[in-house]
Amino acid sequence: MLNETSQLLSDSVEKIFSDHVTKDCIISAEKGEWPQSLWNEVIENGLNLVLVPENLGGVGGSWFDAGILFKAIGRYQAPIPLAENIVAGYLLGLGEVPFPENSVITLLDGELQLSDNKLSGVSNRTPFGNHSTHGVAIINDNNKSKLVLVQILDNSKSDDKNIALESRSNIEFKNVEVLHVIDVDFSSDLLLKIGALMRSCQIAGGLESLLDQSVRYANERIQFGRPIAKFQAIQQELAVLATHVAASGVAADYASSSMDNGEDELAIASAKSRVDDAISICASIAHQVHGAIGFTYEHGLHFSTRRLWSWRAEYGSGSYWAKILGEKAVSNGANNFWPSITSGKI
Amino acid sequence: MNTPFNFRLTKFPNEAEILRHEVREFLSDALMDVPKETRAETWYGADENFSRKVGQQGWIGLNWPKEHGGAGRSSMERYVILEEMLTAGAPVGAHWISDRQSGPLIIRYGTEKHQKELLPGILKGESYFCIGMSEPDSGSDLAALRTKAEKKGDIYLVNGTKLWTSGAHRCQYMIALFRTSQEEDRHGGFSQFIVDLSLPGVTIRPIIDLAGRHHFNEVIFEDVEVPEDMLIGTEGNGWNQVTAELALERSGPERYLSSYMLLQELVNEFSNKNDDEGVTEIGRQMSHLTTLRQMSVSVAGMLDQGENPALEASVVKDLGAVFEQELPNIAHRLMGLEPDSKGTDFQRYLAILTQISPSFSLRGGTREILRGIIARGLGLR
Repeated sequence: MLNETSQLLSDSVEKIFSDHVTKDCIISAEKGEWPQSLWNEVIENGLNLVLVPENLGGVGGSWFDAGILFKAIGRYQAPIPLAENIVAGYLLGLGEVPFPENSVITLLDGELQLSDNKLSGVSNRTPFGNHSTHGVAIINDNNKSKLVLVQILDNSKSDDKNIALESRSNIEFKNVEVLHVIDVDFSSDLLLKIGALMRSCQIAGGLESLLDQSVRYANERIQFGRPIAKFQAIQQELAVLATHVAASGVAADYASSSMDNGEDELAIASAKSRVDDAISICASIAHQVHGAIGFTYEHGLHFSTRRLWSWRAEYGSGSYWAKILGEKAVSNGANNFWPSITSGKI
Repeated sequence: MNTPFNFRLTKFPNEAEILRHEVREFLSDALMDVPKETRAETWYGADENFSRKVGQQGWIGLNWPKEHGGAGRSSMERYVILEEMLTAGAPVGAHWISDRQSGPLIIRYGTEKHQKELLPGILKGESYFCIGMSEPDSGSDLAALRTKAEKKGDIYLVNGTKLWTSGAHRCQYMIALFRTSQEEDRHGGFSQFIVDLSLPGVTIRPIIDLAGRHHFNEVIFEDVEVPEDMLIGTEGNGWNQVTAELALERSGPERYLSSYMLLQELVNEFSNKNDDEGVTEIGRQMSHLTTLRQMSVSVAGMLDQGENPALEASVVKDLGAVFEQELPNIAHRLMGLEPDSKGTDFQRYLAILTQISPSFSLRGGTREILRGIIARGLGLR
C-alpha cells in the first residue's frame, strides 16, 4: 500500500525500464554506448527530480520514493546514472540550486580542493563519469563544507570501468571554475552515507532479479524428465535465496524510510552490511541453480551478479559499515545495546 | 517480476513507545534476582511468580478484546512487551503459549463457557496451556497423527500419546489436535480439544533434553474421558484451525531473539578489547538483528490489520533460527573460551545457548518444512 506519489513513481519506472532496458540496451551500454532513448524517457518523466523540492521544479518526493527507484535500477540493471542524479538533485536542492537542464550529473569523490572558486584534484572511480556533463562534490575546507557544482570537460576523464562494465572514470580537475559554491552544514560523510543507501537499495533490487531469474529458470529447465524446480534440493536452495532477498528488501526499505525521519544511523549502516552478506549467499545459489548456462555471456544472469559484486564494495563495504556499528555498540556499552536497536540511534 | 513477499514497514505507534519505557522500568525491578542461566533461556525459562506479576500489570492478553478481559490494545503494543521481556531475559515461559496462541484460539473458536471459565486464569498469569500436536510418529508430518478421540455419549474417549510437549508438567491445560474420524482428505477428520491435564488417564512423563533440563514431556492418554463440550471450534475443522494458529506462532520476536543475551554479552566483552575483528562481527550481527526485527514487526503489523502473512512468517522464522543458531558459533570463534556453566557470565550464556541452539530450527516447524512452504510460495511446488 504505497501513497499516491510512490505508486506513480513505481508505475512509471516499471513502465520505462520494462520497455527500454532490454538485453540489447545493456549489452550496448557495456560496449560504451550511452542509452540516450532510455535516458530521455527518464528525464521526460522527471524521475531524476524525485528529491528536488517542488519550489525548484522537482517532485518533492521522499527518500522512500527514491528507494523505489533505486531498487528498480538494480532489478532491471538499468545502465544509467539515475541513482546518482537523484542524489545530486537532492544535494543541489539543499543548497537551493535548481537541477541544471540537459545535464547528466555525477557524484565526485576524492582529493578535491577549492581555491578562489576553482576546483583542483582527482575524483576517483566516478560513477558514469564518462557520460556525465556535470559533477557535484562536497568539499571540506577548513572545517567548513562547501557544496560545489562543476562542469566536466571531455578531455579530463579516463574510461575506466567496473567489472559490470559501468563507467567509473577518474576525472581530473585543474583549476576549473565552478558553476556554484554553496556553504552547507553537512560534511562529505553525507555523500558516503547516501551512497551506501543508494547502493543498498540497488543491491536489494539486483537480488530480486536473481530470485526472479532463478525461479523462472528452475521451472523451465528439464533434467531427469522433469523441471529441476521439482527437486527438493533445488527448492530448498531457492527458498534460502528468497529469504535473503526478502531480508535485503526490508533492510533497504528501512534505510530509505529512515532518511525521511532523520533516524538513519543504524538503518543505513545495517542495510549495507546486511545486503552485502546476502550477495555472497544469493549470487552463489543463483549461479548454482543456473548451472553452466548462467556462466555464459549469452545468458543474462551475470548482468545482475557482476553489478552486485561491484556495488557491494562502493561507498563502504559491508564490513566497513559493520565495523562502524560495532564500534558504536561497544563504546555505548552492553546496557545501551538493545535501546539502540529499538530507537535506531547508535 | 516481484518477490511473492509483502513486507511493508510498520512503525510502532507512540503509545507503544511509552509502554516500552514502562516495561523496562518494571523489568529492572522484577528481574533483579533472576540468575544468568535462567535469563539466557528466555522463553524456555519459566517462573510462575513472574508470570503472575506480568498478569497483574495487565500485560497478558494485552491485545485481546475488552469483552474478554483483555486490554483491547494493538498487537504492536503487545509486540513491545514481548521483545522487551526477551531481551531482558525474563522467564516468560509459563504464560508464553497461553498469551500467544491458546487465549486467542479460545477467543476465536471457543464457546462462551470456554471463554468465561478459561480466559480469566490466563489473564492473571495463573493458568497455563501447552500445545498437543507432535506425536511419536507425527513430527513434521502432522497429518500422520494417530491419537484418537471417539465420541461416546456425552464424552470423547481419548487414547494415544503426544510427544515433545513443552512445559506440560506445569500446565493445567493442553490444546490438543486429535483424530475424530477417518476421512479421504489427509487433512480431514481432525478436531481440537481443550484437555484438563488433571483428568484420570492422563500421564505426563518428563523427557530430559541434552542439556539435562526438563522442558519436554511425553503426555499419554489412556481412556481419558474428555467432556464433549471441551471440543473447540468445529468437529473435523481442526486442521484449518491449527494452520491459522501457526502464523501467530512463527513470526514473533522469540523467533530471532533466543540467543540475544549472548550477543549483548559479546558487546560487553569487546568493550574492553581493542579487537577490530570482534567489533566488526558484532556490527554484522547488529545488522542482521535490525533487519530481522523490521521483518518481524512488519508481520505483526499485517496480523494487526487482519491479514494472513503465513508465507512472510515462515521467512522470518527460518532466517531468525539461522541467526540464533549462528550466534553461539560466532561467540566461540571470537572468544575461544570453553562453554562452562560455572564460568564467567559469558561462559555461562555460551554453555546454555550452545546446547539448546539445535532446537531453534526444530520447534514450531523445522527448517525444511518452512523452506518447503517458502518454495511453494515461489511457485516451485
